[in-house]
Amino acid sequence: MAEHLELSQAVSRYVQDGDTVALEGFTHLIPFAAGHEIIRQGKRNLTVSRLTPDLIYDQLIGAGCVRKILFSWGGNPGVGSLYRFRDAVENGWPSPIKLEEHSHAGLTNRYVAGASGLPFTVMKGYLGTSLGQIAPHVRFLDCPFTGEPMAAVRALNPDVGILHAQRADRLGNVQVWGISGVFREVVMASRRVIITVEEVVEELERHPGDFVIPAMAVTAVCPAPFGARPSYVQDYYNRDNDWYRRWPGLSKDRDAFLSWVEGSVMGGSG
Amino acid sequence: MTVVGSRQLRNGMSCFVGIGIPSTVANLARNTHAPDLFLIYEAGVLGSKPYRLPLSIGDGELATTADSVVSVPEVFNYWLQGGRIDVGYLSAAQIDRYANLNTTVIGPDYHQPRVRLPGAGGAPEIAAHCREVTIIMRHTRRAFVSEVDFVTSVGLGPAANLRSELGFKGAGPVEVITDLGVLRPDPVCGELALVAVHPGVEVEEVLEQTQWPLQVSPSLSITDPPTDEELAVLRDLISRS
Repeated sequence: MAEHLELSQAVSRYVQDGDTVALEGFTHLIPFAAGHEIIRQGKRNLTVSRLTPDLIYDQLIGAGCVRKILFSWGGNPGVGSLYRFRDAVENGWPSPIKLEEHSHAGLTNRYVAGASGLPFTVMKGYLGTSLGQIAPHVRFLDCPFTGEPMAAVRALNPDVGILHAQRADRLGNVQVWGISGVFREVVMASRRVIITVEEVVEELERHPGDFVIPAMAVTAVCPAPFGARPSYVQDYYNRDNDWYRRWPGLSKDRDAFLSWVEGSVMGGSG
Repeated sequence: MTVVGSRQLRNGMSCFVGIGIPSTVANLARNTHAPDLFLIYEAGVLGSKPYRLPLSIGDGELATTADSVVSVPEVFNYWLQGGRIDVGYLSAAQIDRYANLNTTVIGPDYHQPRVRLPGAGGAPEIAAHCREVTIIMRHTRRAFVSEVDFVTSVGLGPAANLRSELGFKGAGPVEVITDLGVLRPDPVCGELALVAVHPGVEVEEVLEQTQWPLQVSPSLSITDPPTDEELAVLRDLISRS
């Protein structure tokens, strides 16, 4: 059975300096509240993994929490650059970060292998690309049955997987619907799993297209209403596209970013 | 460019769509001659019919108007790698004469890039696995280079048998549509040649905006200008987004 904890307790207990942490959610259900809690608690030297770093990792990087990032598409969707990410890569501010770059399929399959208890999995990717030459956890092999060229990608097992969902029940069963991204893979690949939810209910009423993560696969459930803003939660609130468009203005300049963190994250309003 | 791109899509095709111009192209086609176009977005959205053009690849509008929503491993491993997609649309910061694409870094050294671009996303798999790939991008000298700084997505060469050596089942790029005209690869060596220009565009202008000595097809044509209907639908799509 999953524990019901306050978000601050869960982050304090289960996220340690130096951990590999995956805060996932493909455009939908991005766990911003949990990311802000990590910033407030001043976690350091994290290796963070996400297909799309999005604003959430731009914020963690700018706040100095990150030592290394695993990613496959690092932009502000439909808007442009992630300036804190670029400043760290190009100028080492506030500290240098290491990159491990993939394709979406490659990083996804690293989670799939991790969830499956395999040391690696195979895919027809990276072949002929420059990415295949620089990605450290990619190797090439021939199919033992057909001789076709394949890529092997190494399993990724985060210390902590952090996700956001619509709701949970008292036992800690978690219900999710809409775009799910790599939700299930991160739950099953991670050693500890924190899930923030819009609401805790007595009984989960089924919803078309939903799935339920059984409580036994979850370490901690934390109530966090609006915990995915400015991303969205299907049937709760829409993506705040204007906020995504405003982010360059809040983050392009280092001082502007620091005063945003001070006012909007450290102050606790998220 | 958008209108010419949309004309290539045939009704009933499955089309893998990225955000930006590809999404506009696909939705223009769906609202004109190809109402049964099956749109797939990499967030796992299958058969989406958005009313407005999305800002991001995973907007709620895409999911709520879809036939089905699947996970990201499913969309890449089953739908793309499984060979289910007819056509994929791609764009890039750099393209070379064999239609290799770069969306990763500008500059010779990956570790000290002159410009850091967003990266691969779903592009390498789209380039490898769709039956056909159409590339749509602005035609500038900075973008049309002899050799890309970084191969994010594989095109058609330099080795003529590159794709079969790599075991790719998809044909790769079949067309490059730009704001100046249309390029298609030579069927044997895979090098891109200019096959059409848009009305009012001079061939010299296209050559100037291309860093390699671009071949011009002897049967060079001029694309049909946008019709009133195409323009009206496109303006309507943009105005409601």
